[in-house]
Amino acid sequence: MIHSLFLINHSGDIFLEKHWKSVISRSVCDYFFEAKEKAAEPENVAPVLQTPHHYLITIYRGKLFFLSVVQTEAPPLFVIEFLHRVADIFQDYFGECSESVIKDNVVTVYELLEEMLDNGFPLATESNVLKEMIRPPTILRSVVNTLTGGSNVGDTLPTGQLSNIPWRRAGVKYTNNEAYFDVIEEIDAIVDKSGTTVCAEIQGVIEACVRLTGMPDLTLSFMNPRLLDDVSFHPCVRFKRWESERALSFIPPDGNFTLMNYHVSSQNLVALPVYVKQSISFFDSGPCGRLDITVGPKQTMGKTVEALMVTIHMPKAVLSANLTATQGSYTYDLATKVLVWDIGKLNPQKLPNLKGSLSLQAGAPKPEDNPSLNIDLKIQQMAISGSLLFIRTF
Amino acid sequence: MSASSAFNEEKGGSSSVGEPEYGHDPASGGIFSSDYKRHDDLKEMLDSNKDSLKLEAMKRIVAMIARGKNASDLFPAVVKNVACKNIEVKKLVYVYLVRYAEEQQDLALLSISTFQRGLKDPNQLIRASALRVLSSIRVTIIVPIMMLAIKEAASDMSPYVRKTAAHAIPKLYSLDPEQKDQLIEVIEKLLADKTTLVAGSVVMAFEEVCPERIDLIHKNYRKLCNLLIDVEEWGQVVIINMLTRYARTQFLNPNMNESLLEEGSDKTFYGSDEDEDEEEEEKEKKAEAPMAKRKPYVMDPDHRLLLRNTKPLLQSRNAAVVMAVAQLYFHLAPKVEVGVIAKALVRLLRSHSEVQYVVLQNVATMSIKRRGMFEPYLKSFYIRSTDPTQIKVLKLEVLTNLANETNISTILREFQTYIKSMDKDFVAATIQAIGRCATNIGEVRDTCLNGLVQLLSNRDELVVAESVVVIKKLLQMQPEKHSDIIKHMAKLTDNIQVPMARASILWLIGEYCEHVPKIAPDVLRKMAKSFTNEEDIVKLQIINLAAKLYLTNSKQTKLLTQYVLNLAKYDQNYDIRDRARFIRQLIVPTEKSGALSKYAKKLFLALKPAPVLESPFKDRDHFQLGSLSHLLNAKAGGYQELPDWPEAAPDPSVRNVEVPEWTKCSSREKRKEKRVEKPFYSDSEGESGPTESADSESDSASGSEMGSGLEESGSGSESEGSEEGSESEEEEEEDEKDKKKIKKDLKKPVKESESEQSSEEEERKHQRKSDQQKSDSESESDEESDSESSQSESDDSDSEADVKKKKKAAESKPPPKPVKKDTKKEKKEMSLLDLDDFEPAASPQVTPVNSFLSNSLVTDLEGLSLSDAVLSPANISPCSALKSYELLHRIRGEGLSVEYCFSRQPFSPDGNMVAVQMQFTNNATSEAKNLHMEDVKLQSGMRVKEFPEIELLPAGETATAVMGIDFCDSTQAANFQLCTHTRKFFVSIQPPVGELMRPVFLTENEFKKEQGQLMGMNEITEKLTLDAKCRNEHTIVQRVTTAANLSRVPCGSDKECRFAGRTVTSGSLVLATVATKEGGAAQLTVNCEKMVIGTMLVKDVLLALTQ
Repeated sequence: MIHSLFLINHSGDIFLEKHWKSVISRSVCDYFFEAKEKAAEPENVAPVLQTPHHYLITIYRGKLFFLSVVQTEAPPLFVIEFLHRVADIFQDYFGECSESVIKDNVVTVYELLEEMLDNGFPLATESNVLKEMIRPPTILRSVVNTLTGGSNVGDTLPTGQLSNIPWRRAGVKYTNNEAYFDVIEEIDAIVDKSGTTVCAEIQGVIEACVRLTGMPDLTLSFMNPRLLDDVSFHPCVRFKRWESERALSFIPPDGNFTLMNYHVSSQNLVALPVYVKQSISFFDSGPCGRLDITVGPKQTMGKTVEALMVTIHMPKAVLSANLTATQGSYTYDLATKVLVWDIGKLNPQKLPNLKGSLSLQAGAPKPEDNPSLNIDLKIQQMAISGSLLFIRTF
Repeated sequence: MSASSAFNEEKGGSSSVGEPEYGHDPASGGIFSSDYKRHDDLKEMLDSNKDSLKLEAMKRIVAMIARGKNASDLFPAVVKNVACKNIEVKKLVYVYLVRYAEEQQDLALLSISTFQRGLKDPNQLIRASALRVLSSIRVTIIVPIMMLAIKEAASDMSPYVRKTAAHAIPKLYSLDPEQKDQLIEVIEKLLADKTTLVAGSVVMAFEEVCPERIDLIHKNYRKLCNLLIDVEEWGQVVIINMLTRYARTQFLNPNMNESLLEEGSDKTFYGSDEDEDEEEEEKEKKAEAPMAKRKPYVMDPDHRLLLRNTKPLLQSRNAAVVMAVAQLYFHLAPKVEVGVIAKALVRLLRSHSEVQYVVLQNVATMSIKRRGMFEPYLKSFYIRSTDPTQIKVLKLEVLTNLANETNISTILREFQTYIKSMDKDFVAATIQAIGRCATNIGEVRDTCLNGLVQLLSNRDELVVAESVVVIKKLLQMQPEKHSDIIKHMAKLTDNIQVPMARASILWLIGEYCEHVPKIAPDVLRKMAKSFTNEEDIVKLQIINLAAKLYLTNSKQTKLLTQYVLNLAKYDQNYDIRDRARFIRQLIVPTEKSGALSKYAKKLFLALKPAPVLESPFKDRDHFQLGSLSHLLNAKAGGYQELPDWPEAAPDPSVRNVEVPEWTKCSSREKRKEKRVEKPFYSDSEGESGPTESADSESDSASGSEMGSGLEESGSGSESEGSEEGSESEEEEEEDEKDKKKIKKDLKKPVKESESEQSSEEEERKHQRKSDQQKSDSESESDEESDSESSQSESDDSDSEADVKKKKKAAESKPPPKPVKKDTKKEKKEMSLLDLDDFEPAASPQVTPVNSFLSNSLVTDLEGLSLSDAVLSPANISPCSALKSYELLHRIRGEGLSVEYCFSRQPFSPDGNMVAVQMQFTNNATSEAKNLHMEDVKLQSGMRVKEFPEIELLPAGETATAVMGIDFCDSTQAANFQLCTHTRKFFVSIQPPVGELMRPVFLTENEFKKEQGQLMGMNEITEKLTLDAKCRNEHTIVQRVTTAANLSRVPCGSDKECRFAGRTVTSGSLVLATVATKEGGAAQLTVNCEKMVIGTMLVKDVLLALTQ
């Protein structure tokens, strides 16, 4: 299936290659570079490219391109999903997935890739199994290895692959047994110019960090499972129990993992936590425009809104922005024409406001449309959907 | 490149551990000077005795490989270390070997013996990794060694080694395709493997080596379906894709009867069938007695099995698995069921943008075929300003496909916002989308046109140009009305510079020059002036315009045309020169000009059909969705075509797995083995779902000759009766017929091979089939023609004299209408379905067959009806194998009859309730409305969860609903009123004690322990003599589990059968043991905390075993 993998950095250098079948020359990437040239943004490069003899399937993660070469028919999602899994594993092993980290750990990376695919078909993609075979680098271990000439390769043979539960390694022992679950919910909403919500939906994800001894079997039930409209699970969750009892029953992997993703049905409109009053206008006379943005709380259930950030993609004609913010700071990137206003915590007593003038390129026609605003925010300790969890361990 | 810098670069990311060592190297200074010797330091390190040095060297070499540098000259030095003790060095040497062995074949052979040794290692992981490396070395000389190794590994004890063998197969195949035949043998062997670990890999090998050998799958089909959920996710994708192809060759198109009907019609399945029958009847001029000439579609249970077992995988976290299931449903599922995939696909839209890209491509294709599926999720396809352009365009495509009369206004409003976007490519795509909406939906054509005309005054030239092109296409549909728009556009020629737009305008003016007689010549005049500076496509259109004007208005334009043609004659582009020459000959009459010039007007001013604006995704679904070929809309190498549905289903019996003959002692071993290999999920809990059916299969496999006999009878062989041996021939025949009848009731597919049967039987079957489709309204059958008098006769006797019997037999299906001489048999058959009230007088030989059948299929069908209930409750009936009871007779209910059965499914809203599945049949001529329940009278503690109100039940239709009753572990009846919009009926449901429990899974030891705690008062023992037909273990199990909802407990002794369950409400354990002795004597022991339950259960089980 997957023939080769090339890792390419932002500026177009191939800094790692791995072949699972016979070697394919890296010149195959030229087709990709050609496509990359044409696309303005790296995100706009088509994920699947056809070349005379090969197909290139690419993902863009953390400013890196993971380019895989496929020679025959293979489900594109299969390859894409695998590439993302590779990036996830790098993240898991090295804390981040960037060029410098991969270059620093090139041997470990190479060994990982070797184990993950066999003849182009995924072999071991579970982090628990891989960690048994190839230990992730830690500071302590690298010091010890330096002194003793030891290695990162596990000297015990991996057993996880042999069991029916490949995601959990055997013989886990902890003195402190603990399990943490983070429920992260996101609202995605599109609000039109007048402030009415065009569409809004809530998605949630349950991230778990489980450090329990032995083979724990956990059951997790919801206060109100009917809220969950659509779910997807880590393979460890038993589908059947969910179907019949709406409870999550699973033997967890060891360490961090994503237990489930869910979608909350949005029959009733989702209450957005903030509102924005904006007016951005450009004038015909004189090369200038005016901008006035106010953000205020709407439905926050008494919790504070944090990490509030407003991002505006300005029209190309906007040369510079001369603004004053009552709270936080703003930056305007001339090259990308992106205005970022970092507000921070939202103070309901004194609403943050950004006001000022924009100067336009002389002679350019006035931009006729209002740019769109992206607003990001975080609220701790609040679940919008209101579904709570109960956990039981065996 | 200076030597030292080269050295540094090569050292790269690896840590600088080794630094001091080669600092001591006396020769180091000189070595780097010459290029070909630059790896000497590495060679020296590899030759040293210290593992740490070797490791360091290997790390640096691997880092070189990773960066794409050539390290092949180190091969001899590296290959020596293949036997190194240090495991990491070893691993890195393997990495190196696999990379360079192909280039250094002779040297690579040195390492082979190490791997051959590894293949014999007692540790399975070492065996596996040796095989993995050995098979990865692409050296043709070792093909025989590899072949041998694969063959050996394929029968290894360890499933992990077998998995590795499966991985090695495609490697060897790509190295030497000659080995195909031998490899297929290995694949065949591995396909039969029962472990989840192997399944995915071997199917992958199958797909690469011999995807055409679909016959290898037959025997493994059911196993693969059942294992699927436990296979690792990557394997799932491959298996599902393969099974999609398989199913296309083996099953009938579930939508074949609907394909004739227009899309979106809400007719039910049976209704459509009837329609077709009628059509055919007319053709054949048989007005009376609607008989089905065409077989009604009945889904193969294996087809259903596949759909049922893949459905939960829609919840997978892996997008590829979700997509695979989605395409399976799209290609294989009946139309009503395809909808379930929409939600899952929409979920994938929140994933990475690459995933979105692929999913949207597939959604775009699906949304053309099945628009209704995605309509509820319209808003999920709204475009976000942060989406990459390619995603935006795809979403636009989907939105356009989804547009219809009802939602077009919302979509157009959304489009209006998009036009203001800063992404110009996206704006252009939006304008095209508006154009497509306008052509597809007539109501909004004028609105769209107006909107587009407004865009003509947009400041952005690209927007204007795109609008012109789209307007041109729209105007072509109704030009008369819009001459002012054409005029407006004529003015635009002064400003617009985009060639395509200019060309479009010119074409429009030329085509409709009659509508703008004054402007057209003027435009031509202007164009003639600027002709030489125009782009080629514009020039061609100028020539066109000139020609058309010359033909309609030669007085004004003759000179202009000549001028333009002259200019074109000397144009640089040969196309334009050609065109000019061609047109001149056509329109300007000369003495030489041929016959054609007479028709010039017809040629140029012919009415041209309006263009159809089509989605680029139309007809892409002939590629298997989710495949690379579909995405590229071109066949990729190695793509397997998705075959068309067969006209007639191939013999389904090929999938039957032969049950090996085994003696009783071996059965125990087998069961033990099975337990070990039981997949992860199939532990105690639950009843429904895939693993349950896996159990049921293993049940039937562990069954008996009866099982095999039955299957053979399914394939139409006559010999099977003799296996049962004891009966007279006549009885056998009856027996067989009955089996077949029951089969039909269970909606088994009609098998082609049954044709050997007598024509008489065939005819009866036909009748029955047609009856099944028809609703069984009594009035209808009464009205039926005289030719069926025998039928109504039997019906009458059923309804009047035999009310009691009928009640027992209460079956979902209409009373069958056999020919006269079958009447007696018919009654017998109906009563067979009820075991409890069976009169011992009526041929006892038939019973075991019946009970076995009901049980072996009941599990399959239970799941079936459950999944169906979600989708189309109107279409299904409770499975006939479940005992159903009558709640309301159709006479008392004035045409409404209600039956119920205990579905033995967990009742999801409340675990303490027993699920009661009710089937409402409206036999009256008028529809019944608002079916609901009222005035529930219960004993204290009991609770009822009412079924949702059925708002409308048309005449002749049936509907099902599920209610839950908490009986508090008593057999007290639940009384309530069943109300329609006109009447109320008092009814009651009384459960047999066997339905008040649910099965639990216990091991033998647990069972013994629990039994020990339930002695004395809690134990009831009864002696009995087993019925003659009930002396083997299997029949006992069948009968007990039919009488009570208990599960089998594994048992060491074959003289004992043990069962366990818990009462539904209180969860008290119910244990039952049947110990058999010589000559049919047996002892039944029931242990239960609740003595009342225990006593009643003993009675029921006794009855079941002794009759």
